[in-house]
Amino acid sequence: MSDDRTNSETTRRDLLKVGAAAVAAGALAPGITLIAPAQARNPAEPASAKQRWGLLIDATKCVEGCTKCVTACNEEMGLPDHDRAATDPQYIRIVTVRDPETSYSKQLPVMCQHCENPPCVDVCPTTASFKRADGIVLVDRHRCIGCRYCMMACPYKARSFAHEVSTDQKPHNPRGKGCVESCTLCAHRVDAGRYPACVEICPTGAMLFGDLNDPDSAISRKVKEVSTATIRGDLGTKPGVRYVGL
Amino acid sequence: MPGTPNIRGLRGLLAALAVTVLALVAGAGAATAADVPFPMVPKAAAGTQCVEEPGFMRTNHMKLLTHQRDDTVRRGIRTTQHSLQGCIDCHAVNDAAGKAVSHQSSEHFCVACHEYAAVQPDCFQCHTSLPSGQSGGQAAR
Repeated sequence: MSDDRTNSETTRRDLLKVGAAAVAAGALAPGITLIAPAQARNPAEPASAKQRWGLLIDATKCVEGCTKCVTACNEEMGLPDHDRAATDPQYIRIVTVRDPETSYSKQLPVMCQHCENPPCVDVCPTTASFKRADGIVLVDRHRCIGCRYCMMACPYKARSFAHEVSTDQKPHNPRGKGCVESCTLCAHRVDAGRYPACVEICPTGAMLFGDLNDPDSAISRKVKEVSTATIRGDLGTKPGVRYVGL
Repeated sequence: MPGTPNIRGLRGLLAALAVTVLALVAGAGAATAADVPFPMVPKAAAGTQCVEEPGFMRTNHMKLLTHQRDDTVRRGIRTTQHSLQGCIDCHAVNDAAGKAVSHQSSEHFCVACHEYAAVQPDCFQCHTSLPSGQSGGQAAR
């Protein structure tokens, strides 16, 4: 906990720095800045291994009961609500963790962790699960046969199976019955030099998106300053999503 | 019966020919889509130019789409030259109410030809068949 306190001090200082930059770049609302995570890539250029996109989630800033990131994600990706919680697709889950000894509990968003060593890619029999050059882990639905092996392999329970026929998909997120799907780190936005929808909507700025390979990016500086952790780091999956105050 | 002239048969054949010619002449003016075994391919949006020569597209559109989809999904190349959504945007067909029809309708650009050719495209099991701006969000929570 003492670690946490030092962290939050650094965090506040860092926030002010980011905030100052946001004012310079033009801030839309708290948490929404117009600083592009990177230059929009030339559309003809493929994703490059020069980048390693990552997400830093500050669980201490995640407000109890808030589900704005989930709603924004569902809207952005055109995920339907059939009011069937067991089978409705979800790219982000709000998970509440609780320490049984102290009863301290905390909610945090968990999505595809975009692992450097993704188990879903290892097990996929059709190479539908794959890792893009820039570290984003995706499902190629053209190859997915819906076997759901990746869902079993994923230690983060990050993937969903489309159980229902889709009729009203977003053009940037084609999805259909019988395929597995998950968070794409908003690859369509990232390729255009924008932030993922969840990062953009978060009212407390608990999510920081950026290039972990770029030592000058906000996320790289933050992970260098603050103690961060990955979920199930013991598995060696090396997630691109890291947490503060886990 | 080879070699022997068959007057009755010849007369019958002539009569049949005459009936056919008459029917063709009478029907030519009133031919409808239902009579003509050719797909009624809807016109693209006025003032637009197809990304390739139409004859080439007729034969090769599936190859272009397959190539583009792998480039986009797996490599992150986002050019729109041969994108499916590009086809749909230009070739949208509107119904009487002015709303674009989906692939559920035989009037949809892709469906009009594919029904004729009896080839079922799988694209619309996942991809929207509506032009940009008219798709997505209705069922979203």
